[in-house]
Amino acid sequence: MASTARRDAPEPPDFGILKRLARDQLIYLLEQLPGRKDLFIEPDLMSPLDRIANVSVLKQHEVDKLYRVENRPAPSTSDQLCFLVRPRVRTMRYIADIVNADKMSGRSRKYKIIFSPQKFYACEMVLEEEGVFGDVTCDEWSFYLLPLDEDIISMELPEFFRDYFLEGDHRWINSVARALQLLNSLYGPFSRVYGIGRCAKMSYELWRDLEEESENDGQGRKPEIGNIFLMDRDMDYVTALCSQVVYEGLVDDTFRIKCGSVDFGPEVTSSDKSIKVLLNAQDKIFSQIRNEHFSSVFGFLSQKSRNLQAQYDRRQGMDIKQMKNFVSQELKGLKQEHRLLSLHIGACESIMKKKTKQDFQEMIKVEHALLEGFDIRESTSFIEEHIDRQVSPIESLRLMCLLSITENGLIPKDYRSLKTQYLQSYGPEHLLTFHNLKRIGLLTEQAAGETLTAVESRVSKLVTDRAAGKITDAFNSLAKKSNFRAISKKLSLIPRVDGEYNLKMPPDMAYVFSGAYTPLSCKIVEQTERRRTARGATRSALSWRCSWGAAPSPRSPLSASWARREAAGSSS
Amino acid sequence: MSRARADEEEYWHSSKFRAFTFDDEDDELSQLKESKRAVNSLRDIVDDDDDDLEKVSWSGEPVGRRNRLPSLPSLSDAFSDTGVKNYAPELRRPRAEYKDYSNDWSPRDTVRRMQRGKVCSLERFRSLQDKMVLLDEAVAGHDGNVITAVLIFLKRTLRREVLFRELEVRQVALCHLIHFLKETGEQKLLLDLLRFLDRTEEVALSQYREHLNIQDVEKKREFLKGCIGLPFSAEDISHIQDHYTLLERQIIIETNDRHLAMAGQSEIFRKYPRKASILNMPLVTTLFYSCFYHYTEAEGTFSSPTNLKKTFKIPDKQYVLTALAARAKLRAWEDVDALLTTKNWLGYTKKKAPIGFHRVVEILQRNNAPVQVLQEYVRLVEDVETRLNLATKYKCHDVVIDTYRDLKDRIQLMAYKCKVERGSAEEEKINSLLSNMQIRWKN
Repeated sequence: MASTARRDAPEPPDFGILKRLARDQLIYLLEQLPGRKDLFIEPDLMSPLDRIANVSVLKQHEVDKLYRVENRPAPSTSDQLCFLVRPRVRTMRYIADIVNADKMSGRSRKYKIIFSPQKFYACEMVLEEEGVFGDVTCDEWSFYLLPLDEDIISMELPEFFRDYFLEGDHRWINSVARALQLLNSLYGPFSRVYGIGRCAKMSYELWRDLEEESENDGQGRKPEIGNIFLMDRDMDYVTALCSQVVYEGLVDDTFRIKCGSVDFGPEVTSSDKSIKVLLNAQDKIFSQIRNEHFSSVFGFLSQKSRNLQAQYDRRQGMDIKQMKNFVSQELKGLKQEHRLLSLHIGACESIMKKKTKQDFQEMIKVEHALLEGFDIRESTSFIEEHIDRQVSPIESLRLMCLLSITENGLIPKDYRSLKTQYLQSYGPEHLLTFHNLKRIGLLTEQAAGETLTAVESRVSKLVTDRAAGKITDAFNSLAKKSNFRAISKKLSLIPRVDGEYNLKMPPDMAYVFSGAYTPLSCKIVEQTERRRTARGATRSALSWRCSWGAAPSPRSPLSASWARREAAGSSS
Repeated sequence: MSRARADEEEYWHSSKFRAFTFDDEDDELSQLKESKRAVNSLRDIVDDDDDDLEKVSWSGEPVGRRNRLPSLPSLSDAFSDTGVKNYAPELRRPRAEYKDYSNDWSPRDTVRRMQRGKVCSLERFRSLQDKMVLLDEAVAGHDGNVITAVLIFLKRTLRREVLFRELEVRQVALCHLIHFLKETGEQKLLLDLLRFLDRTEEVALSQYREHLNIQDVEKKREFLKGCIGLPFSAEDISHIQDHYTLLERQIIIETNDRHLAMAGQSEIFRKYPRKASILNMPLVTTLFYSCFYHYTEAEGTFSSPTNLKKTFKIPDKQYVLTALAARAKLRAWEDVDALLTTKNWLGYTKKKAPIGFHRVVEILQRNNAPVQVLQEYVRLVEDVETRLNLATKYKCHDVVIDTYRDLKDRIQLMAYKCKVERGSAEEEKINSLLSNMQIRWKN
């Protein structure tokens, strides 16, 4: 996001500390193996590492060569090998293979494994099994948080989703808790914590335990972060499934933004080279268009181009003195602006080309229809044709999942027929894909007798009831069936618009999806903050459902009310 | 003194030692670090850490273990600017709390210690009840790493049926074990577990998944054949069957076509050499390939498109779409025409497209079809606006003119005049239409 439209908004905290801490820790760990060494890095860690300690920093600390951890055997000749990896069983086997191969050939080297963000017992077990436990040293690099921009921090753990939501594995909850602890100690103490979802609750509880044990009261410091919202992804899949239409989203769709940077190829740079560009608030052009709906971006860029041209043209009427001034003061800035402008214009062109090829407009129309709940048959036909034409395996699945979530599952006939066509178009092995999606609840079949109207009418009775208890019941049952329509009605996620939605001056947050949908997480934050400021301590139905109370801190005056609320039993 | 050496070693490896940064802004930080370092030397005096006690033998010599994990400092310590710190916390705990270092930690504390990364021996949890209490505590602690660690221990010390039985009623732990077995590749145990739980469909899927690891096509074919008898759902069995049949078919086609291509006799293979093999491709891609290289073959052969259509029950819509794309790529416009023409019982032909003529136009245009060919199908696009868009875009002048005539839109027709070549037949047509008194223009 990184846009501060309000002048009274406080400056975001300095998240640079997180990077420095991570870098210092890594250097410390590297220095524990003194002397020249080769560093093997896991592919997933390469981008984050680049943002924290680039190659020159590593070389300064006696790292000779850098290798990727891959399926092939290690070509390194160094006497000391250092592995910077995530705690995965298969990586352990890879390392063990290297060590054992060395043993077989009578070679003895030093091996150091640095686990990020932590080591798992299963990894130690594998090392032991492979007979190399005593030959390696193990360390942990507590790298939990990577700042991507002034106001975005990422844990860079893409495997989290699959591990937790598909496999039901709680292995990363500790990492989440530690990340919270770190943030709390650096930028807190947090005053209130809100959350929705099982994983959020578990992370919160684990974090609470950590704080209690650390005996760090953090009093006397002015907190820079006040409230925390923890939300499980599965509370709102819809946001992740809708096509992005703001500039930054489209850049991500088209070029893939990794750790805050993107690779622009020759077609964008209008040269024969590709370059890597950091996309954050420092890029003056990007920061102005990143959150804009795509329809206004082109206009903005061409306006900027004209301004730039006008600035350049001022040179014509200048004398020597003015010219010198111009060159020393302004030219550099203008050149920079020019460079950025041409990059972004090139990116826009690529995006438009790709989107036209993929019937982007028509697809958006179908998505909007699904969100609002009409023209379902037409939408299903569009999806069917999308599959038949072999347009894109991911996009076809995405549309199917959106249909499933908004309609509470596909009707059995459609499920069977679309599945068959998908397997025919994209490969029979996707039988496994469908099973995984079903397990996770993204692409399901309506059970007999549970068609949408039956569920919806049951649920709508519940949500109109004022009593808080009933609303909780409604949410509980909704959570089980994840009934999109009832929730979006209750929280007004789909704006009612007379005429066309004004994208130039949008009235609400739904502009991110061209006025069709407000992301649930944003809505919850908005509503909670409004109620909190408007009614003070009074709990609304929504916050009763979400809030677990004050952040854990033994000496905090709020902890008493938190304990009371816990005792009162917030069922979640 | 050897004890001092052990302590020194301990100090250097201790959790409070941190790297020094030279950032000026961290002045406060370096101050704290200094005082911290001083105070932490107090750890030498009272050391509660089990690990280190275990390290010292009776003679006082350190028993080295290369693999000790230095637990890194809690980063919050460094930044708190309060006066009260947890300096040498061990000093504050009453002596009575020092447990016998042959660890009598309760299940709860054991789990806690494991969550903090400490090495913990679980061997003393011998009774089944103790084991289960430990497991339940681990689950209640929410840390999947610890849950898995406990499961590793249970797997080693319990007969599998006993373990399975206990896990049947512990969903979270069960998920962790299943994930663990998948990761470590213990396929046999995983299947036994799933069978025990009566999750027969998952047994079938888990076995089927193995096919992704088989590179050799013959072996894969055999494997898939074996999968057909597995306990899939009724609907999935037909998918598995199709997978097998498809691969079998592809092997035959691939072998034949490789010979054909090498022999150099077949024109199509000479003009359009194959860029990749057809093995393991999806059905639709295989159909495209067949429509490209084997279009005219009779239904009896394995590689003919009609045979594929029949064997796999490919719907008409899909078939026409794919055949169209293939023939368009070869610029075989007559084949395209034939695909889209149906004859009714009276012998009259009609153009029909199960996929919408705008799609037909798109495919043809992508393959650079000449305007005359394109025009014929643009004309058939049902939606008038789309028809106009496409016709204008691809310069199908006749269609534009005719459409504006049908819409009786004189203004647009006049405006279109500038888009056609001067003195061309189209310009003449426009002029004659415009001067036609019989047409009741709407504007």
